[in-house]
Amino acid sequence: MKLNTNSNVYTVVYAAVIVVVVAFLLAFVSTALKDRSDANVENDTKKQILASLGQRAIADADVQATWDKYIVADLVVDTAGNVVSEGTSKDQDGFRINRRDIKAENNALPVFVATVEGQTKYVLPLTGKGLWGPIWGYIAVDADGKTVFGAYFNHESETAGLGAEIKAEYFQAEFVGKQIEDATGEVALTVVKNGKVDDATTQCDGISGATLTGNGVAAMLSEGLRLYQPYLHKLNQ
Amino acid sequence: MAALFSKENRQAFTEPLSLNNPVLVQVLGICSALAVTAKLEPAIVMGLSVTVITAFSNVIVSLIRKTIPNRIRIIIQLVVVAALVTIVSMILKAFAYDVSVQLSVYIGLIITNCILMGRLEAFAMTNGPWQSFLDGIGSGLGYAWILVVVGAVRELLGNGTLLGFNIIPEACYNAGYVNNGMMTMPAMSMIILGCIIWVHRAYTTKNTK
Repeated sequence: MKLNTNSNVYTVVYAAVIVVVVAFLLAFVSTALKDRSDANVENDTKKQILASLGQRAIADADVQATWDKYIVADLVVDTAGNVVSEGTSKDQDGFRINRRDIKAENNALPVFVATVEGQTKYVLPLTGKGLWGPIWGYIAVDADGKTVFGAYFNHESETAGLGAEIKAEYFQAEFVGKQIEDATGEVALTVVKNGKVDDATTQCDGISGATLTGNGVAAMLSEGLRLYQPYLHKLNQ
Repeated sequence: MAALFSKENRQAFTEPLSLNNPVLVQVLGICSALAVTAKLEPAIVMGLSVTVITAFSNVIVSLIRKTIPNRIRIIIQLVVVAALVTIVSMILKAFAYDVSVQLSVYIGLIITNCILMGRLEAFAMTNGPWQSFLDGIGSGLGYAWILVVVGAVRELLGNGTLLGFNIIPEACYNAGYVNNGMMTMPAMSMIILGCIIWVHRAYTTKNTK
């Protein structure tokens, strides 16, 4: 008997079977590989945090050792600036907070405490929206809670050669030594349109042709750092 | 063995490289050619991934082509492509994380690439798996070399580099040479593509006459 591949019953059954097979296949591959890819993601996050402290281009095998060498604790602080969790384990408390959950209403903000050449630094994770998708970054701050020690930015789908350049070291290097706040105590660290820097103490030069991604970074900085301001002020006392 | 590389099979592979090039002649996949060619490296990555995905989705669709109900064939093709791309990206995430991070930007562009759908519909639905595989590889490479040429021109003239290495000597900059910022804009990829099509048409029509 030859099947009539144009009949309604056949079409519906065929579609159902294909969907079930594909769903099963995807679920199977995803579960089978979950542990491995989670470990990769964790390793990559550690790499990014270390990059904001100026420790770049670390080989995959050395990430854990470098992490243990520089990172002292992963604190959790609240929006009033109080330390909620000491994070002595280095990767169980603040490290476990998903960057998407860094919001005022969750009231739990991760802070990574590091020691670089004897000096204490604080790394603050930030998250925001670029032109096409999520962007995120880590700002390392000196012990005074005012001066930027280093920065790292990454993105999911910004335009290659333009917005994607926020990932490049030359852009991130601009942030080193900038002040987070201006004289009035507001968050002033920002990215401006390429070639429009008025105040070099807080403004970083944007990337030519990537104004919208630059605006995203600027919004991420002002919103994200505002959450951390109470904590940064306490550091300063 | 001889049958595997018969004249028709060889044609399935070589035609998309030039005479029936997916970008130049069929004018497919233009949008992604615009998006990823500001630098040479993403162009190469995108070209290779499309080649792999086109080849394997061609094979899968060709294997099940006789069972696919005619009325929902496009949906079935899309499911095959999307599932394949997702599985490949999950495998890369577990075993080659750096590559997967680079590719993540292009995953969406690969699934919606018109070359994939075009080849599945026009070739894999009516031909056997081995021929479809060759056609997929050929179409992918035909697409890839255009991307690489456009990417190389744009990176060289726009940034003075190739794959991130400085190509234009410092002396030229000192003598007053300036990188052409226009080249990093998406519009320039259309103009370069237009020039390539022009040269290609002029060459192939002269040869066929």
